[in-house]
Amino acid sequence: MRVIKKKLGRWERGPLKKSLSKLSERKARFETDSGIELKRLYTPLDSARKDDYLRRVGFPGEPPFTRGVQPTMYRGRLWTMRQYAGFATAEETNRRYRYLLEHGQTGLSVAFDLPTQIGYDSDHPLAQGEVGKVGVAVSTLRDAETLFKGIPLGKVSTSMTINATAPILLAMYAAVAEGQGVKTNVLQGTVQNDILKEYVARGTYIYPPKESMRLVTDVFAFCRKTMPRFNPISISGYHIREAGATAVQEVAFTLANGIAYVEAARRAGLDMDDFASRLSFFFNAHSNFLEEIAKFRAARRLWARIMCDRFKAKRPESCMLRFHAQTAGCTLTAQQPDNNVVRVAYQALAAVLGGAQSLHTNSRDEALALPTEESVRIALRTQQIIAYESGVADTIDPLAGSYSVEALTDEIEAKASAYLAKIDKMGGAVAAIEAGYMQAEIAESAYRHQLQVQNREKVVVGVNEFQAEEQPPRLLRIRADVERRQRKALAAFRRSRRAGRAKTALSRVNRAASREDNVVFAISDAVKCGATLGEISDALREVFGEHKER
Amino acid sequence: MKIRVLIAKPGLDGHDRGAKVVARALRDAGMEVIYTGIRQTPEQIASAAVQEGVDFVGLSCLSGAHNHLFPKVARLLQEKGAGDVVVFAGGIIPASDVPRLKKAGIREIFPPGASTDSIADWVSRTAERLKARKKAA
Repeated sequence: MRVIKKKLGRWERGPLKKSLSKLSERKARFETDSGIELKRLYTPLDSARKDDYLRRVGFPGEPPFTRGVQPTMYRGRLWTMRQYAGFATAEETNRRYRYLLEHGQTGLSVAFDLPTQIGYDSDHPLAQGEVGKVGVAVSTLRDAETLFKGIPLGKVSTSMTINATAPILLAMYAAVAEGQGVKTNVLQGTVQNDILKEYVARGTYIYPPKESMRLVTDVFAFCRKTMPRFNPISISGYHIREAGATAVQEVAFTLANGIAYVEAARRAGLDMDDFASRLSFFFNAHSNFLEEIAKFRAARRLWARIMCDRFKAKRPESCMLRFHAQTAGCTLTAQQPDNNVVRVAYQALAAVLGGAQSLHTNSRDEALALPTEESVRIALRTQQIIAYESGVADTIDPLAGSYSVEALTDEIEAKASAYLAKIDKMGGAVAAIEAGYMQAEIAESAYRHQLQVQNREKVVVGVNEFQAEEQPPRLLRIRADVERRQRKALAAFRRSRRAGRAKTALSRVNRAASREDNVVFAISDAVKCGATLGEISDALREVFGEHKER
Repeated sequence: MKIRVLIAKPGLDGHDRGAKVVARALRDAGMEVIYTGIRQTPEQIASAAVQEGVDFVGLSCLSGAHNHLFPKVARLLQEKGAGDVVVFAGGIIPASDVPRLKKAGIREIFPPGASTDSIADWVSRTAERLKARKKAA
């Protein structure tokens, strides 16, 4: 090291100085998206604690999991290629799923429309204009059956982006599987069920935080009992990042929420080593390539430390951060949309180099509308090209040992830890969210980014530089009659069911909620008795009340 | 007198990064800005606009419900006798929807990537023009 230090000094005073005197650098300061200053050159001196390799980096499949969660990583099995999809009616979405599976997608990911996410049936006045727009409308068990028609739920894994109404959609999913003759204990997949980030960044909350946290842990217990291979939560930094957070804030706030869930589950009487290994995560794969790779590695290491050291988890699996990644929607430009194919490709590459377990790649036209079939195929092909042509999946964590990537990994971990300490002091994530702390930090970062783009400190190709005249692309349009068709189907469903049975089941939901029984079991009965998503949500609203944004 | 603007999120969409950034930028440009928060009905927005006596209402929607929600806000403002309030909008709005929204009373639509400077400029210029017109009349 001494020799390296000496030689580095010589290089700086000699060749470097000479070069700089002829041509100064492009910027006075180079930094990542999180504002971490990038050095001109990283050397062994930056990851100096070489003897720390075992403690800080280690081996894949072992704590602190910096290099990945499995001993073979992608040499054993590639990541799951999972495109988030859903629009219009269950029938149309079912067609898109079959299309994706035919083209080599390996898992499903359901996007629900906003009324479904916020607990309104398609015929509710507040649902007007929103039915089938950002996802598929599911108000009844019949809708759920149509959604998965002809798809063997015992064989595919399904991720559902659903939070406030997660217990209902989970119950419907299990019921559909049973209808297919599949036992629920073999079902694989993930229900997002991460309500805290809804208050912070995504907005589809219904009930106040305390009651919502109880629903979250009820889902944990329900899955443990009836769907043990299903991830009962996906603790999500994705939306926090999309709302404007930096990479460091994304890691910090996500893990802070994770800590809150672990604490809530323990308070609910669940055993740590029963549920911890089923916690899953969801991160954003953003544009700043090296920082993103470092971010994923840092998040894994930090979570392992939290689980092992702070919560004293016994099983190594309990300390494992497994994550899904999605490329960054907010980096897609409406201008020159084909350029987005390139952005998505290297964001996806960062996720793979960061060790993601599953991945969604955005489509080029998503700054304008939901993607067309053709655009989705290119997005899926992008993953396949990385998987089968680039060779990066053939050795584990190939950027480990890169002086810059290791230094950035250390720095992100340190900065995120500092945030966590601050949030602890505020009384934890729930208190920090109720005080508006995370929201304010994110808004600040979002505004700073906007100003940097406007001052051209940050170049966005095609937006503030390199503009061009162009023709608008062909976009997917949701058929105007979706809402009408959906309402009609719902009316028919209500007529055909045995109303008395549904009503009794709903009163049992209401009772379970007020008694602190696990409400998911009652919900599970209710969906089978023909109660709708809106009716079940209303039964809970009666007991829990509704959250109002401050 | 300062220009008064209500920034609002109609419908169920929770993506409010853009709305918050625009609200702050207009504030930094010297305007008085009220932000409604997410998940407001058109009725709530129109009532707030009247109550606060704003000159402009800026609507943001990324969920695709704009064709239903934006015209409704404009219509309700008319009905409440606040038809002189200028409505503008942003979000994920396909270019092909713009003519129909403009016809329904949305004065300007800013696409993704629009700079907040361009929005602030447009609001100031429109306010000036309206003032001049009022004086003339």
